[in-house]
Amino acid sequence: MKRSTVKPILLSIGYLAMVYLIWPDNAYAMHIMEGFLPFNWAAFWMAVMLPFVIWGMRSIRKTVSDSASLKMLLAMAGAFAFVLSAMKIPSVTGSCSHPTGVGLGAILFGPTPMTVLGMIVLIFQALLLAHGGLTTLGANTFSMAIVGPFVSYGIYKGLQKLRAPRWLSIFLAATLGDLMTYVTTSFQLALAFPDPSGGVWGSALKFMGIFAFTQVPLAISEGLLTVMVFNLLVAYSRNELKVLSVFRADEWQKISPSKTEVKA
Amino acid sequence: MKLVWKNVILGILVIGLAFGPLVFAHNAKFAGADDQAGEAISTIDANYQPWFKPLWEPPSGEIESFLFALQAALGSGMVFYYLGYVKGKHTATKTKKG
Repeated sequence: MKRSTVKPILLSIGYLAMVYLIWPDNAYAMHIMEGFLPFNWAAFWMAVMLPFVIWGMRSIRKTVSDSASLKMLLAMAGAFAFVLSAMKIPSVTGSCSHPTGVGLGAILFGPTPMTVLGMIVLIFQALLLAHGGLTTLGANTFSMAIVGPFVSYGIYKGLQKLRAPRWLSIFLAATLGDLMTYVTTSFQLALAFPDPSGGVWGSALKFMGIFAFTQVPLAISEGLLTVMVFNLLVAYSRNELKVLSVFRADEWQKISPSKTEVKA
Repeated sequence: MKLVWKNVILGILVIGLAFGPLVFAHNAKFAGADDQAGEAISTIDANYQPWFKPLWEPPSGEIESFLFALQAALGSGMVFYYLGYVKGKHTATKTKKG
């Protein structure tokens, strides 16, 4: 690995370490708790997670070796996920949950870099904050840092192909990525704990009632916040977005520099 | 519409979504969704015992809330550092050209 690649990775790990050293014990944690998945399922999700992590590390290495400004943007996308996953927000169901914040990074850098960042977040939370868990790391990484980013990325690219308005593509990508994370969590728990009468489906509905419905207003909030940050990036980080080919080629003609204030 | 007004409107919507439940569901406990999931597991399989315990847990609620505020500050610090940096850079290039 080149030196220029190692440094930013170490910097972001150091930053994450610092943030999570001081992260609170999260009694309102939304991930599957330590020891709550039977051993076989824990091992299964760990095995599923691994190839994505390797893929993501290669992707990050490529991104950060390209330019210094992309490194900063990646750090910002990571920080966005920290802030959002720290926000334990009340929901209409009368309980609390938090957004994931991985949609923004997935739209910018593709899904797998967020797998790595999300996993690091989950490791520190599990070690220092009793939030999530080491035994449930594979399952939690799969829902938050694999399914979430892939859904966001897929929806964003798909809607852009269909020529949907940009704000709508970003909003739906971030919102549905967030929501699907918790739908995935519900199914992971349902597979491990099928309902005696209703089976896996009955159990999944029960867990979705707890996780996914609570998440709906939070997912909408995450979508709105992601659009806000994106508006600013379109105005001020246009070159980076161009390098990352976030927009369709023909969209670049529409947003000419002189129209920044109007179009952004 | 100017960028700043778009974002102000979006921000107001987010605040509404966050505080709305406090007004409309003011009798609720607002506990965490994962604790409820733990309870749901015990209704499905009463014999299930978590087989692994967290290695360490922070000592008190006061420490938790202090660290929580600090953590949010650091995270948003990085986000706004970046946004301020690129905005400054953008303005500087524009001034140079003009």
